Amino acid sequence: MLYLVFRQLIHLVLSFFVLTIFTFSLAQLFPQGISFIIEAESNNIFSGETSQNLVNQTSNFFVSYYQYISQVLSGYFGLSTVRGTSVFDEFFIYFPATLELSFAALFFATGLGLPLGIFAAKHKHKWQDKVIVSTSLAGSSIPIFWWAMLLVLLFSLFLGITPVASRIGFEYDILPITGFMLIDTLISNQDYATEAFISALHHLILPAIVLGTIPLTAITRTTRSAMIGVLSEDYIRSAKTRGISAVVVVWKYALRNAMIPIMTTLSLQISVLIAGSLLTETIFSWPGAGKWLLEAVNRRDFPVIHGGILAIASFVILSHILLDFLSMLVDPKWRHR
Amino acid sequence: MTSQSQFYHQTRIPSTYARWWGHFYDNKFSLMALIVFIFICLVAVFADFLAPYDPTHTFIDAIHKPPSWYDLGDTRFLLGTDYIGRDIFSRLVFGARLSLSLAGAVVLLSASSGIFLGVLSSFANPWLDALMMRVMDFILALPSLLLAVVIVAVIGRGLPNAIYAVAIVLVPHFVLITRSAIKHEIPKEYVTAMRLDGASKTRLFYHSILPNILPPIIIQLTLAFSTAILEIASLGFLGLGAQAPHPEWGTILSESHNDIMFASWTVTLPGLAIFFTLLSINLIGDGLRDAMDLEQK
Repeated sequence: MLYLVFRQLIHLVLSFFVLTIFTFSLAQLFPQGISFIIEAESNNIFSGETSQNLVNQTSNFFVSYYQYISQVLSGYFGLSTVRGTSVFDEFFIYFPATLELSFAALFFATGLGLPLGIFAAKHKHKWQDKVIVSTSLAGSSIPIFWWAMLLVLLFSLFLGITPVASRIGFEYDILPITGFMLIDTLISNQDYATEAFISALHHLILPAIVLGTIPLTAITRTTRSAMIGVLSEDYIRSAKTRGISAVVVVWKYALRNAMIPIMTTLSLQISVLIAGSLLTETIFSWPGAGKWLLEAVNRRDFPVIHGGILAIASFVILSHILLDFLSMLVDPKWRHR
Repeated sequence: MTSQSQFYHQTRIPSTYARWWGHFYDNKFSLMALIVFIFICLVAVFADFLAPYDPTHTFIDAIHKPPSWYDLGDTRFLLGTDYIGRDIFSRLVFGARLSLSLAGAVVLLSASSGIFLGVLSSFANPWLDALMMRVMDFILALPSLLLAVVIVAVIGRGLPNAIYAVAIVLVPHFVLITRSAIKHEIPKEYVTAMRLDGASKTRLFYHSILPNILPPIIIQLTLAFSTAILEIASLGFLGLGAQAPHPEWGTILSESHNDIMFASWTVTLPGLAIFFTLLSINLIGDGLRDAMDLEQK
């Protein structure tokens, strides 16, 4: 157990080291070089002072990397050249929206993908299985920005049952406390808290379905193949012959053993969700980190680009390592190491 | 011929490629996908003859014409026109040429460098190998589109830079696949035998290992091709890839995004083009994987 924690920690430190080397070299390519990021806060362009920055005095790679990493670790990612606000603080304003959308998408994908995969595995090679497999293959070839527009066309413009953009109806004024709209509306003490919650949920549905489609196909296919493998095992047959009901056999005996490949797929979906959120947030005007980053790219706001990729990549790496650790806890093979 | 083979009781064993093709041919879905893909390639090659108009020519008298089978449609424009009166059919046909050739360039770049690095890391000393694996794992861990967007943000937008960005994103897959396939083959006896015969490392690689690691690399090539088309279209949609007058599928979609309410055909048709191209390539990849798997058993 301790060994596992230690191993994951070393993994985390190494990955973070590679990440900072990458972002550091990336920052060197910016028009003003790394000085965008390494600056005492008083030296920024908004304070009017034009004192020399630290890097020009020390051209040594290791010295400037040391300064860079100490600033990053203390939570200073530079200031946005457009707004003059701290990139680190801005990230925590926008990222919860992305996280909320991704959680909703993941919820949709697992909630639908697991039963579909199990259903397909139970009807292996019958028509139900073939329909599910070919639909999931077709689904994985859909460009999600087009898929988003099709769904908007159908549900918002043609049927008129879902909103087209943003996180909540404009008539509600919700104070951001956690940044998650669903939680904020619930804990807010306004009279219209319940209506606001419903409106937030209403706005969340379509983007979550769009973002969750690719993970849904991946989870369905992994669940199906894992369950087919597990269901042909001897212990499943013996559980069935002992008279245990089919539901218990599938959901308790088989699914627990099929969980390990599914967990691996889930951890791979984090990157897919973040990449997809760039497109989904653009289409649905969702005020999340992806839209924030793309706006920074369009305005050539280099500190935001730098800080955004650093923060998002750290999040992805951290969650990969956490999920890795979780799947090791689930996997009995690792338990006694 | 027949009498001879009966006389000697010979059975002709087809070559590996012929057997792959045999298995592939049995899979009707993949075969259909291959035909569709060849059709799309032909469209791309003969775009000049197929497209009735120049893809950037604007017809000032025909703005937002629906496809010709609608009542308001115009027979001059088979699939209608967009918001400044450009013929959508011509744009899609030239878009096929642009998308396929860009994806081809991306795959060529990333596959050549990726396979080279993979071979290098599997024959190099363990330290270099470990270092390269760390870097590749890191690139793989990052969301692909995010990385491409950031690379484009730093080196500047436009087509050539988008190609480099997507190629960089795809390289690690080739490195890891080549390396793991080689590591899988090296301990086998035929390689040892070759080595005992005194074969040099280059000869060992070209003559005994390379033919045996082809299946996973071929499958990765098809996967990379469909990923490349999707990523280039995504970059185009975000306005970071091909720029506006170019008839790139993603760019067309981003231009017509705002017309979705009253001119839905400008959105559905380019998307269908991307979707069918991706679907056919993915089906071909699936068929190839099944064919080569059957061969292994």
